[in-house]
Amino acid sequence: MSTPPKITVATTWLDGCSGCHMSFLDMDERLIELVQQVDIVYSPLVDTKTLPDHVDVGILEGSISSEDDLEKAYAFRKHCKILVSLGDCAVNGNVPAMRNHFKLADVVDHAYRDTVTVQPQTPTRGVPALLSLVKPIHGVVGVDVFVPGCPPSADAIWYVLSELIAGRMPDPSSVTRFGA
Amino acid sequence: MNLDDLADLAEQYRAIDANVEREVRVCMAASCQSSGAAPVMDALLAGLGDSKPACKVKGVGCMGLCSAGPLVSIADRDASLEESTLYRDVTADDAADIIASLDGPPVERLRCPTDQPFFARQQKIVLENAGIIDPDSFKGYVAVGGYSALIRALSEMTPADVLREVTDSGLRGRGGGGYPTGLKWSTVAKMPATQKYVICNADEGDPGAFMDRAILESDPHRVLEGMAIAAYAIGANKAYVYVRAEYPLAVERLQTAIRKAKRSGFLGNKIGDTQFSLEVEIRLGAGAFVCGEETALMASIEGLRGQPRPRPPYPAESGLWGYPTLINNVETFANITPILREGGDWFASIGTERSNGTKVFALAGTITNTGLIEVPMGTSLRDIIEVIGGGIPGGKAFKAVQTGGPSGGCIPAQHLDIAVDYDSLKTLGTMMGSGGMIVMDETSSMVDVARYFMEFCMTESCGKCIPCRAGTQQMHSILDRLAKSQATRAELALLEELCEVVQATSLCGLGQTAPNPVLSTMRYFRNEYEAKLGDA
Amino acid sequence: MPPPATQPNVRVVTLNIDGRDLSAREDETIIEVCRENQIPIPSLCYLEGLSIWGACRLCLVELAGQGRLLAACSTRVTEGMQIQTNTEKLQRYRRTIVELLFAERNHVCSVCVSNGHCELQYLAQTCGVDHVRVPYRQASYRVDSSHEMFRLDHDRCILCTRCVRVCDEIEGAHTWDVMGRGTECRVITDMAQPWGESDTCTSCGKCVQVCPTGALVRQGTSVGEMVKDQHFLPILARRRHAQ
Repeated sequence: MSTPPKITVATTWLDGCSGCHMSFLDMDERLIELVQQVDIVYSPLVDTKTLPDHVDVGILEGSISSEDDLEKAYAFRKHCKILVSLGDCAVNGNVPAMRNHFKLADVVDHAYRDTVTVQPQTPTRGVPALLSLVKPIHGVVGVDVFVPGCPPSADAIWYVLSELIAGRMPDPSSVTRFGA
Repeated sequence: MNLDDLADLAEQYRAIDANVEREVRVCMAASCQSSGAAPVMDALLAGLGDSKPACKVKGVGCMGLCSAGPLVSIADRDASLEESTLYRDVTADDAADIIASLDGPPVERLRCPTDQPFFARQQKIVLENAGIIDPDSFKGYVAVGGYSALIRALSEMTPADVLREVTDSGLRGRGGGGYPTGLKWSTVAKMPATQKYVICNADEGDPGAFMDRAILESDPHRVLEGMAIAAYAIGANKAYVYVRAEYPLAVERLQTAIRKAKRSGFLGNKIGDTQFSLEVEIRLGAGAFVCGEETALMASIEGLRGQPRPRPPYPAESGLWGYPTLINNVETFANITPILREGGDWFASIGTERSNGTKVFALAGTITNTGLIEVPMGTSLRDIIEVIGGGIPGGKAFKAVQTGGPSGGCIPAQHLDIAVDYDSLKTLGTMMGSGGMIVMDETSSMVDVARYFMEFCMTESCGKCIPCRAGTQQMHSILDRLAKSQATRAELALLEELCEVVQATSLCGLGQTAPNPVLSTMRYFRNEYEAKLGDA
Repeated sequence: MPPPATQPNVRVVTLNIDGRDLSAREDETIIEVCRENQIPIPSLCYLEGLSIWGACRLCLVELAGQGRLLAACSTRVTEGMQIQTNTEKLQRYRRTIVELLFAERNHVCSVCVSNGHCELQYLAQTCGVDHVRVPYRQASYRVDSSHEMFRLDHDRCILCTRCVRVCDEIEGAHTWDVMGRGTECRVITDMAQPWGESDTCTSCGKCVQVCPTGALVRQGTSVGEMVKDQHFLPILARRRHAQ
């Protein structure tokens, strides 16, 4: 008797608070059950540093705010069969997108100069350039499953993954909503 | 007062100018004034002085060929425009030559032939007095038989007779929808109510349309007479003319007409010594396009924010301040007088099977003869544009004509032979609208056209219902990106979906028809949309 | 012997909604009959006790034999009507309308005081709006915190005008109104002056209670703390009607 092949899952966080990944970990003992059915091949939660060429399910948390986010989103779309937007930042921009009402330069000045008392300076080296407009993931690449919530509950994430493992497209509206 | 009394009065008014044999008619409508008709008028008046008692300089309304203005026609008394000698692009410097020509040969260098198709192919019912009578002269209107239809209705007809005549005529609303006028009148007439209102919708807002303005500037009494007949037929004693404030000249002439008609007993209390009274009041629109929508218009008259409300109840049932109200547009009322004079059957014999009478069109855009024309319903679009309109200037090719303004659509060259009426235009995905025709040549980008009209609808949306308020904004942003070759195929699909939603779910006509220019340009010029895709 | 029956002024009609045969008084609207019979119809501008506005277009239903959709809030029932309230097409239209609302202003549910108690948020979930396909409009508005008890956040406003109507029709103050056209519309107090400086506002708070979102809220509330109570409205409306 052979066990069915595990599905491969990759996750990463873009511009967000990583709370959705924390909610992922909140699945607690169900993680053990999950590990028997999926292989997490790339994630901040595991050690692998490169995204494999072929992944079954890609999960993105956070919105597209910088060049780096943009590259990651393109890479995930290219290498993942199914792309999941996890959490409100990924789904609708959420808190990171609240800076869209201001000019980018003003936002940076406010964060790194106006409110800093010791050696105010804008970081330029080793950090990715910010985009003028923060967008949800589907604003730059096609997304297959949207899981709103801030963060989506562990139950919601469990439901979505279970459905995907079973080869069905989940309907997250039944378990989560914007701001949940 | 009966018809004989009125005929006596008309005779009396005609006798005032009994010695006048030749008239120098200067178009004093807005378009000719904008190209300098007023100095021409002054120069002619000063130049003529008292030198020729048999000649008279007279300010008249629109003669139609606005692109050749200022227009001056030299005519025998009572002669039509076609029978006159017409001069085009007249300046004050030409006044001396024109006056000199009054007893000699015409000034050839200014001649504008009146046997050209632009004039010869028209049939004037609504505009029968335009360019002939002085719009500010009450006496001039009565002298050509004005107010006889009203007096006849009051003295010889019951309201039911009037309704029957209008119903028989098959007249349909000239404001855009083409609702049968007789049916509308009968509905309001049947409503049991102590108070009813008549409203004339002169809030002509379509870009490129100026039919109603020209009618009001050329023959305001005709509209008032039509309104009075309507009020008699439905049992109203109060009427409003809702005019946009951007038409100051029309407003001024209308005010003069109301004042003079009232003073002579043709409006106000006990009209023509009968029990019928009608107060007419002008209300100025502040420039919101949506106030042409009848429920928004009524809200505006009531002093509320100009925005529509759900229908039913229709104005015929619950209109102004909740009372039954009849709303027709300017051209519709202007058709009433000839219908009563010549009979409904006569009117029904003109035009096509289901669209009777004539229609006034405003020709604009890239067309040789810009101006105002009146042709029978069913005239082919090719006749209107190539023959009457004189085709496209500069040897360019015709591409499309936009009818119905921002609510309508475009008609491409392959459909030029269509007979223009309410129903045929609908089958082409556009509409009659109020009668604006914007002609476009081969250099026009249809995506730009759609974007222009969407921007118009977006800024003119009142903001009440969500699909129109937010939907037009989203559609405009996609069209804007398309025009800049930035949009993707997915956005084009989204645009089409938004068109469907906004059309199906908007509260009033403005939103429901806002997608039409997009849908119709997409229907006939999809290749232009495809070519503009950023990810093509 | 019972006293002779008095002739009723209003007749009763029968109609069919979503395959269910129902009876209704002929002066009822479709939405009233649906609510009576627990047939869910989404709506935002409609509120029992206020005048009909007909602007959110979410309660549109399909009537057999009629090409155009009808707003359930503004359409009276008639004998023999055959109504569908939840077809695939209607669901699609409703989703799009809710998306348009989310994109129009800055509805960030996660940091909204009405999170979890918001009619728009609830509608998005029940209509299946799990993301917004149209781009966000990115307009910026100022919060009006000048009133000592209440706060106005235009970013959360959907222009349903419930506040305008309750203030005018129930409280009788007409402090609220709408200014501007199209997407530039916004609700204002008095002549567009700060709420706290309004001469007409009685600080009754009815506008806050009827507001379906987090646009009008009590001062001092934090994320998810603003719970609204609209039970007063039908009671007041009935008493006012009886006067």
